[in-house]
Amino acid sequence: MTKAKFRPRFSRKMLAIPYGLFLLVFVVVPLFIVLYYAFTNDEGKFTFEYLKVFFNENGEGLKGFFSSYNFKTIMRSFFISVMSTIICLLIAYPIAYIIANCKLKNKSCLLLLFIVPMWVNFVLRINALKELFVWLGIYNKSNAWNIVNTIIGMVYDFLPFMILPIYTTLIKIDKSYLEAAKDLGATPAKAFIKVTLPLSKAGIISGASMVFLPSMTNYVVSNYLTSRNVKIVGKLIDDYFTGDLWHDGSFIALLLLLFMFLVTWLTGGFKEDDQSVARGASLW
Amino acid sequence: MVKTLKGIAKWSFVGLILLFIYFPILFLTVNSFNQSDYIQNWTGFGWEHYAYFFNFENEPIRVVGQTMLLAVVVAFLSTLLGTFGAIGLFYAKKRTSATLNALNRIPVINADVVTAISFALLVSFIGLDKSTYIPLILGQMLLCTPFVVLSIIPKLKQMDNNLYEAALDLGATPRKALFSVIIPQILPGILTGFLLSITLSLDDYVIAAYTKPDSFTTISTHIYGLDKNNIMGAKIKAAYWAFTAIIFLIIVLVVILSNVLAYRKTRSKKR
Repeated sequence: MTKAKFRPRFSRKMLAIPYGLFLLVFVVVPLFIVLYYAFTNDEGKFTFEYLKVFFNENGEGLKGFFSSYNFKTIMRSFFISVMSTIICLLIAYPIAYIIANCKLKNKSCLLLLFIVPMWVNFVLRINALKELFVWLGIYNKSNAWNIVNTIIGMVYDFLPFMILPIYTTLIKIDKSYLEAAKDLGATPAKAFIKVTLPLSKAGIISGASMVFLPSMTNYVVSNYLTSRNVKIVGKLIDDYFTGDLWHDGSFIALLLLLFMFLVTWLTGGFKEDDQSVARGASLW
Repeated sequence: MVKTLKGIAKWSFVGLILLFIYFPILFLTVNSFNQSDYIQNWTGFGWEHYAYFFNFENEPIRVVGQTMLLAVVVAFLSTLLGTFGAIGLFYAKKRTSATLNALNRIPVINADVVTAISFALLVSFIGLDKSTYIPLILGQMLLCTPFVVLSIIPKLKQMDNNLYEAALDLGATPRKALFSVIIPQILPGILTGFLLSITLSLDDYVIAAYTKPDSFTTISTHIYGLDKNNIMGAKIKAAYWAFTAIIFLIIVLVVILSNVLAYRKTRSKKR
């Protein structure tokens, strides 16, 4: 009895302490270290040097910036990322819709077919795609093909992340809304646009956020499928860090971070809601 | 007539996308039986790549083994941290809960490279030695734990809170109530988190690349680092085709099994 006295009273809230500390040390502190490195030089003094290098590497003014290597890389990644996200959406939405509305009893088995390839290691999957490109004769054929192949690679890799959240929102839609729309005289197409699409918006946003940023930064895909001929932002950061240019690398990482926060804030991603679908968390 | 045409169009679209997803893997599976180490020339059917893969003197199988070991360790630690983290987060005060939730979301949404380099900067800042494996394990935990938390919270929401109170009223200590009431109820979520952590750890390239000891390789870093112009590199790569084929076989079996199980379930229900 006396022993129990000295123990602090246990409550469930206290269980948050270890994870809270973990998040603080390994998530929050590193972000500030990135910020610190982006605005200090090797002597640890505050500087705007890396901001200037980033914007004026190719000469002063806007003209210099627009022709700079960094800007071109960012624009290239942006293009690849936008295209990958759109194509993923154009494939994933119909697939999720067909599975969610089919008359089969075991819908989840059909869904499983689209998810299980993720069990093959990601680099192995990309390797498979590369060998296929070599066989088809489109591997590293021209700059245009390299961009196309990179986009195919991103779509191939991230498609399940788009299908899952859309499927999860579609399956939750109350069928009586659609019946109501029908009773009120809406054509199936109109009912889809006015009812189904708005109700699945959350899934689309969640899926897009799982595809967009990774396709801007996953340099394993772009390097592997183009024999290192297509550079994206992720590779830019990696190059700076492997070349020991930590300050320059940190500055670009900081830009990506700000972009991430902006997009997440705009789409309401930090709010507490059921986003467990992200990256297949609802897989099993 | 229009309806059947629509149906045909629908299912051929599904089939086409499945073909897109499975063809590359199938292609490698076929080539894993190629005697040559290069895909461009088929020199005949053979089991050479499998023999090479299953020989413990060669690198690939050892790399696969150590990658899986790492994945299990990381998944176990992440699940432990994430389970208690999720319970704590769920029952914490509203503001604490919301803050932790937002922080938990950062590694999920953030680009892997940024997570990796910011973590690597921290590691070098505090002077942690990479050869201790601690940075690698912590780094991958950083990747996995948020997903464990995300898969457990929905289960906590579904749980009947009165059960916990009832346990306390009947004289259970909070600790006892936690382990015999809450944990069993959220077990499916914990399991999901564990399996998800394993796949995330197995798949990870960037974090491992930045935090692993120099002497250690995972499947991802090993394949990525192979020199394709090197004869040895081509041989090792071909051995990994055999590995891909084995995983593919397991996938096929799992899909068939889950279909059979689901079919049986519906049939026994009918009866």
